[in-house]
Amino acid sequence: MIRAVIIMNDQGKPRLVKFYDHQPMEKQQEIIRSIYGVLCSRAENVSNFVHADSTFGQDTRLVYKTFATLYFIVIFDDSENELAILDLMQVFVETLDKCFSNVCELDIIFNFNKVHTILDEIILGGQVVEMNSSDVVKAVNDISGLEKNPNSILRVSKSISGWQGR
Amino acid sequence: MSGGSGGGGGGGGPSLMDSLFQRTLDDLIKGIRLHTPGAAQSSFISKSLDEIRREIKSTDLQTKSTAVQKLTYLHSLHGVDMSWAAFHAVELTSSPYFLHKKTGYLAASLSFRPSTDVLLLLTNQLRKDLSSANQHEVSLALECLSVICTPDFARDLTPDIFTLLTSSKNFIRKKSIACLLMVFSQYPDAVRVCFKRLVENLESTDNAQTLAATVGVFCELASKEPRSYLPLAPEFYRILVDSRNNWVLIKVLKIFAKLAKLEPRLAKKVVEPICDLMKRSEAKSLIFECVRTIVTSFHDYEFAVKLAVSKIKEFLLDTDLNLKYLGLQGLLLVAPNHLWAVLENKEVVIKSLSDVDRNIRLEALRLVMSMVSDDNVTEISRVLIGYALKSDPEFSNEILRSMLTTCSRNVYEIIIDFDWYVSLLGEMARIPHCQNGEEIEYQLIDIGMRVKDVRPELVRVGRDLLIDPALLGNPSIHRILSASAWISGEYIRFSKNPFEIIEALLQPRTNLLSPSIKALYIHSLFKVLSFCLHSFLFPTNSSLSRVIDEPDFTYSESEGEGETKTFSNLFTKESTVNMLTLVVTSLTPLTETHDVEVHERVRNVLGLAKLAQEEISREVNQNDFKTSIIVRLINDALSEDLGPVSLTAQERVVIPDGLFLEENLGNLDTICANVNIPVSESFSLVKHVLTDVDYVSSQQNEESSEMSGVESTSTSLLSKHRKKHGLFYLPSDIPENDSRNFPPANDPNNQKDNDVEDLVRLTEESLVLKRKSNVPRPRPVVVKLDEGEKFTVTRAKTESNDDLISGAVRDVLLGNESSSYKGKSHDSHLKDGKSEIGDSSRRKSKKKHKNVEENGERSKKKSGGRHKGRQRADGGVNVAVQNPVIPDFLL
Repeated sequence: MIRAVIIMNDQGKPRLVKFYDHQPMEKQQEIIRSIYGVLCSRAENVSNFVHADSTFGQDTRLVYKTFATLYFIVIFDDSENELAILDLMQVFVETLDKCFSNVCELDIIFNFNKVHTILDEIILGGQVVEMNSSDVVKAVNDISGLEKNPNSILRVSKSISGWQGR
Repeated sequence: MSGGSGGGGGGGGPSLMDSLFQRTLDDLIKGIRLHTPGAAQSSFISKSLDEIRREIKSTDLQTKSTAVQKLTYLHSLHGVDMSWAAFHAVELTSSPYFLHKKTGYLAASLSFRPSTDVLLLLTNQLRKDLSSANQHEVSLALECLSVICTPDFARDLTPDIFTLLTSSKNFIRKKSIACLLMVFSQYPDAVRVCFKRLVENLESTDNAQTLAATVGVFCELASKEPRSYLPLAPEFYRILVDSRNNWVLIKVLKIFAKLAKLEPRLAKKVVEPICDLMKRSEAKSLIFECVRTIVTSFHDYEFAVKLAVSKIKEFLLDTDLNLKYLGLQGLLLVAPNHLWAVLENKEVVIKSLSDVDRNIRLEALRLVMSMVSDDNVTEISRVLIGYALKSDPEFSNEILRSMLTTCSRNVYEIIIDFDWYVSLLGEMARIPHCQNGEEIEYQLIDIGMRVKDVRPELVRVGRDLLIDPALLGNPSIHRILSASAWISGEYIRFSKNPFEIIEALLQPRTNLLSPSIKALYIHSLFKVLSFCLHSFLFPTNSSLSRVIDEPDFTYSESEGEGETKTFSNLFTKESTVNMLTLVVTSLTPLTETHDVEVHERVRNVLGLAKLAQEEISREVNQNDFKTSIIVRLINDALSEDLGPVSLTAQERVVIPDGLFLEENLGNLDTICANVNIPVSESFSLVKHVLTDVDYVSSQQNEESSEMSGVESTSTSLLSKHRKKHGLFYLPSDIPENDSRNFPPANDPNNQKDNDVEDLVRLTEESLVLKRKSNVPRPRPVVVKLDEGEKFTVTRAKTESNDDLISGAVRDVLLGNESSSYKGKSHDSHLKDGKSEIGDSSRRKSKKKHKNVEENGERSKKKSGGRHKGRQRADGGVNVAVQNPVIPDFLL
């Protein structure tokens, strides 16, 4: 299964952290730090796999991919195929790209909830549930629609921030 | 900032101003980004937290929702604790508005722990949302459950998830299937309810994602306990042949990799389709999975392995480093059964040792290590040392580490020429950035103790390391130097020039050593010094005693004579006096040292040296020297070899009569009050026994009185002490031919009598078994301790691992499947099998139900009068039990 999905920037700042098995907060932060330590020491144009046995137990792997300033990291065990996980990351990034049209780090910073929504449509409980990015986009749009449900109370503050936000 | 904190003046409930000017998540993120990381940012965060604490208490759900949203963000990305807000998250999940609900669930799934106290409050809401008409609400509940699932949740919500497994919406179905895995692992009894429907989903060819999720769940389950899923092989086979979805195929291959190991007939059937897949697929991921499956589980099928290796070759030559890396990994998997595949690609592998990518280098190194055998270890080591010299420090150490582990495996199994190996160890110490001091130290000493024949070479290597002042500058190899010093002291009789070693041990740069190593240096110096004095004072004895000491030590006659000659030339009066002067002048400053250990040892050496110095310079008759007596005694004491001690030695100590280990030692204080027990360890023991004669058991009493009788010389006392230890560690009633017999630590007689012969035979046997080789030079005897020593440890480890892996799921699954297996042929067995399951699962879940019927009843009660769910659940159990098995497929 997939143990964790992490997005962090090239400064080691986490932008998305999702663990599928229970890890205490301190452990999570330690893991993120150690992963960053490993990744930033790796040269460009090298293979994308790192052994994660020390932090996640036997036979766990870490696959990462760099997109502009971001590291996309997936940690998984031997029930997954390394190359398939790389494909999965491609799907994830494609979906982000479709949802934010030309995704950049700022989109991910300011759309904490939406990025989680997207991820949850692709992976559930460490299992991949959708590999088709357009299906994911459709579901995410449905959810956004529900969130903006006219029945829900629209606060003044919300609309104010809406003007300021963009 | 002004808006939020200024407006919310009212200390109690949040005011209208609060909700009007509440900071949104966007505002919070902007604020964090405005503040520079460090103090400014953390003070901003704590200020925001204060706001959140106030806002979160709001009765207005929107305000609360925004507050929880912000808090979740801070928790997830800035590590802020939010366990205190758990209740508010639960509250939000029950909001009628989707946004609030979603916020609540996200907060719950990111922050809830099994220990969160409000967890149970969520049960009803989860149940409600699982049966919601809105598929996205169901999805929220499933997502949350898949992360925070506890045994309680799993037990209470199994019926609801069971219902979802047949949902007409694929969107729901795939997610509920994925969620099932967590439910199973928390509550194995759920398997009995849901298994049948899970299997049915294997047939759902209408939606690829649902099938993928189902196969994924089986893949996870099978990785823990494959045997239970053998009956499903036909289903998986159909998918393997029919499916065109790579994701599904990869998972099915993973399942077959597990199943084929259990059922050889299955392997025969599926190996063809896998090869077809490998040939026709374009997807690298699928090809690699095929390769991996073949080489791990189907390695007996030559044609398949050949095809797999050809694919591996393609990977190795690919420019994509990921593929190259995986190719090397594939090769590593082939290696144990088909070493030819590695040898075929030897060039690529060796070249990869200098790849830019560290991963690739590491894999290549592991592959090189897999090729090592006793025939080529010299050659490969030479190549590797070359690479270690030119690689970066980290990888260089990695190389050294693997060489050390490979060569020392199974008590240096692959080493024939120990002289070569010892000099290799010396060479490793000289590689810049060598960080493996500890391991090299261990091996040098270990070999010294185990392999007698290599000691002269060992002393030579140790000397070369000791006399090099440059090495002292590198703290990471101080440990190696300490081993060298120990070896030089212990085996000084093999040294060509002991004076040289004394000089090396005293060189000024030794003050760079840590006190503990320095102490070892000085102790070794003591040994060398007493050896030199002995050789000087008893010139004829020295060469004689050497021969007596080493009756089974075979070195060529000429060599021995030559050494004797040089020795008699070496130990002239002049050289001895010079040596003593050097020792005294170099060590005197150290008497001021603050380190107790060093101080103590310096005192010892100085005491001996000064006494000898005085007497030798007085030019009296040598036979009257007090030094002579002392030196002889010391030398006798030091001349006995230290043997290796088995790890399990302690266990085999027979508890002496009259010693009660479990006795309460509470009243020991009153006894100890009268006796001053010396605090120090080891040798004070003798004294200790003498002082409290009255309190020890009769057996020891006997011994100690015996001892006090023959207190005349220190040697006899020492040998008594050793004898006693020998007796103590090794009960003499162990049968002679017991395979667990091992050489005693300090009992030379015993060792010589039978054990050495035993061991010689043993090692010879193992040699004969391994290879009838025409080695030019016979492998020296390597003293091995009992075979069990290492293996028991590893075995215990794997067992406990198995326990962990199998987990709770196995029992139930195994029982369930096997009973269904039996169900077909022997209906009468069904009931027994069933109640067995009931028992095991009940034990697992710690419920006190009396029998199966009640066990079934329980799930009904828990479902809280939801009749539909109950009936279905019951049906599930029955059908699952009768789940047809198609054994003829396997035949």
